[in-house]
Amino acid sequence: MQEEVIFVSSDILVGEVAKIKVEGFRFVTMSCVELDGNTVNILYHFDKDLTLKHLRLTASKDSAVPSISSVYFAAFLVENEIQDFFGIRFKGLVLDYERTLYLDEEVKIKPFCRYTLEKSDQKEPVTPKNATGS
Amino acid sequence: MLKTIIPFGPQHPVLPEPLHLKLTVEDEVIKEALPALGFIHRGLEMLANIRDFHQTIQVVERVCGICSMMHAMCYCQGIEEIMGIEVPPRAEFLRIIWSELHRMHSHLLWLGLFADSFGFESLFMQFWKIREKVLDINEATTGNRVIVSVNVIGGVRRDLNSEQMRRILSDLSWVEDEVGRLETTLLSDYTVKKRTVGKGVLPKERALELGAAGPTARASGIAQDMRMLGYSALDQLDFKPVMEADGDCYARSKVRFREVLQSIDLIRQAIFVIPEGETRIKVKGRPEGESFSRIEQPRGELFYYIKANGTKNLDRLRIRTPTFANIPALLGMLPGMWLSDVPVVVLSIDPCISCTER
Repeated sequence: MQEEVIFVSSDILVGEVAKIKVEGFRFVTMSCVELDGNTVNILYHFDKDLTLKHLRLTASKDSAVPSISSVYFAAFLVENEIQDFFGIRFKGLVLDYERTLYLDEEVKIKPFCRYTLEKSDQKEPVTPKNATGS
Repeated sequence: MLKTIIPFGPQHPVLPEPLHLKLTVEDEVIKEALPALGFIHRGLEMLANIRDFHQTIQVVERVCGICSMMHAMCYCQGIEEIMGIEVPPRAEFLRIIWSELHRMHSHLLWLGLFADSFGFESLFMQFWKIREKVLDINEATTGNRVIVSVNVIGGVRRDLNSEQMRRILSDLSWVEDEVGRLETTLLSDYTVKKRTVGKGVLPKERALELGAAGPTARASGIAQDMRMLGYSALDQLDFKPVMEADGDCYARSKVRFREVLQSIDLIRQAIFVIPEGETRIKVKGRPEGESFSRIEQPRGELFYYIKANGTKNLDRLRIRTPTFANIPALLGMLPGMWLSDVPVVVLSIDPCISCTER
């Protein structure tokens, strides 16, 4: 299956998504993949007449990514899911569960990250070992 | 007027699985609905990363029991695309037969639950009685009633002989007759219409905007059915999506009811033209690359993103299930509804929380 994949940066992301919406595409979902300790790939999937189009954004784990939920409301759920699992923050999320969509408030680890980065002032820094084992 | 917040679920008589909605009401009219998830999240996507890519079939089959066959099929399709595997034609037809049987028993289960949601117990029992026959077919042809576990990468692990195909055709004739007998009750009964017509209306534009999927989208007049992609052997069968225009609970039940009959038709077509030949090929090597795989589950579009790195473990398996896509649509249906209509409207999207949370 050959589909169109467009690479985008976070500063043009929302504009590109808005353009895609005007073209009549339906929002399908987003996928997040951890690349290394610092970066992730976020893929945005859209469909029009059974043809998929994807945007690919490489983002740093410690900087906020613009939310597309103001363009496609349906994206709020998957953005919250990515926040829970990967710890990525979404700026401008229309309905922000603040990492409690699936997780409890006290959970600090990012379950889908092989490496969980925590601030040094935290009492119990989480290591990769217990990040995947809990 | 003072606003009140009423919790709906996670335990509720109409919900087979836990979903929580915070309903803001004025008097007894819904003004806003907010979902809360996380009661049955199992981390199956994560488990897929630490299992061999062949073993992952068993993992994805357990995302949801009712549509386990479709999960495995979508996953295998994605891996086969990455590895450039050509599945034998007979296996493609067998996949369609079992997947449509799954759609039938899922829809019959839903039709029963839906009848139960507005208090029509005998209709509920009638639909479930018919469903048993479909489960009997599954058991006779695969050894299991629900999780049939027939998919492997490169084909299917079981075949159907001519006697089994004859039995399927004969049982489906019985199912068709029995379902037909219930048509008048489901679609013309005064009480059923009173509880479903004009309830939870989702206009076409709104359904597109909110990313609705499957029968929920088709009941709003959107011709969106992944079977139109022609995956497996569907490109060799005559298929047109079932659609309605009204976008209410009644339209959604009509779509699912007619899709049961459509699945019978697709299985018959497949049985009449299924070619002879092998049912699986031996798979060598390990996958490396990315794929986006889609099929039509009973509840709508199922989307798998697979990233493989050439080892036995996958880098990432991302599963987007149709109920996940239909939750924003549900939030769009509820405002303006009476509190007493909420169970019927919630059930009308055929929510599967096991799928949603994985």
